[in-house]
Amino acid sequence: MTAPVSPSVAPLRAEFGAAVERHLISCGDTIIYVSRERSHDALAWLKDTPGQEFDYLTDVTAVDYRDPERPLEVVYQLRSLARRADLRVKVALDKRRPLEVRSVWDLWKGADWLEREVYDMFGVTFAGHPDLRRILMWDTYAEGFPLRKDFPLRGHFSRAEQTRQALAANPEAHYSLEELSIADAFAELPKDMQERLARGERGFLR
Amino acid sequence: MGLINPAAASEAGERTVVSEASPNFVTTTLDFLTNWARSNSLWPMPFGTACCAIEYMATAASRFDIARFGMERQSFSPRQADVFICAGRVPFKLAPVLRRIWDQMPQPKWCISMGACASTGNVFDNYTIVQGIDTLMPVDVYVPGCPPRPEGLIYGITLLQKKIRGESIVDEQLRQEQLVGPSGLFLPPERVDELSEPFGNSVHQTRSSS
Repeated sequence: MTAPVSPSVAPLRAEFGAAVERHLISCGDTIIYVSRERSHDALAWLKDTPGQEFDYLTDVTAVDYRDPERPLEVVYQLRSLARRADLRVKVALDKRRPLEVRSVWDLWKGADWLEREVYDMFGVTFAGHPDLRRILMWDTYAEGFPLRKDFPLRGHFSRAEQTRQALAANPEAHYSLEELSIADAFAELPKDMQERLARGERGFLR
Repeated sequence: MGLINPAAASEAGERTVVSEASPNFVTTTLDFLTNWARSNSLWPMPFGTACCAIEYMATAASRFDIARFGMERQSFSPRQADVFICAGRVPFKLAPVLRRIWDQMPQPKWCISMGACASTGNVFDNYTIVQGIDTLMPVDVYVPGCPPRPEGLIYGITLLQKKIRGESIVDEQLRQEQLVGPSGLFLPPERVDELSEPFGNSVHQTRSSS
């Protein structure tokens, strides 16, 4: 017995036509492939249209396949909390072209760190993301994108070079005032806290 | 007879005598006293990053109780610690933190590498895990196990105590800081590569080309 197709597929096809490339069912879950150009529109439509209301972005991730011809896929796992329905939307990115897709940060704020992780691990750039930096690897990490299939398990550099670069990193730079966006909210802080920050003290804010 | 500094000897191409002192009645008696005091009042600086830290906690708690070995004070400040116990795997991102903590510890200091991950990288022979903390800092005792049982760690601690009791004041190399040099490492790069080489089943995984 095959699992039923998600009821979101037909209206999405009616709305976006050829931009919905195909759909399939895997382990009972419906997967919809959307073209790269219309992905943001389709996701916005799924979020805001009454009857769809996918108001919760469970995860953003990506899949790189061993076959170099096969495109890299960015995966959006959606959830409608009210309707208790799930939907998986995939965007296939041709590896011969720059890996770029529009950010959905403006739809779901939770996409911020998820997209940063996909950028960190796969090198997919998200246009419109407010702060696209590495999140798991350190900022100065120079070996590439570790979860790509062409990335060797032990990394590109020798162990000595990896150790040297790791020791040269300054971990305190990651917890600067700019990092914590305190600078933006400085005027709103209490007076005593402003004074402490001006003296260079840290640690009271988080 | 003097002690030879092997590092200086290899660089200079000749054997450099670093200490002319030889053990005598005064130094051995002093050694005995200081080593007795030091080995029985080791203050550990626990650096737990993974499951080994759970076993470390069990070792420190009442059933196994490392206070019996003079380690009742857990020193969470490196500046008041004697033994650095690295319990768990260390990612490269954590390497500068680990090294800074080690540098902050005053002499005399020792290091126990607890468990297979801290000692060798264990199964995590990948791009993100330090292949043994001996590539970052000098290690005195390696405790094998995944994770080691508290008995294993206690055996390592007693081994360290035994090592401390054998130390001598005439050995001038003993208390020398081994800092990160101009190469950015505290060991020669070839030595780091050698220490990080895969072993066991890992050797069958080839280092795939870029």
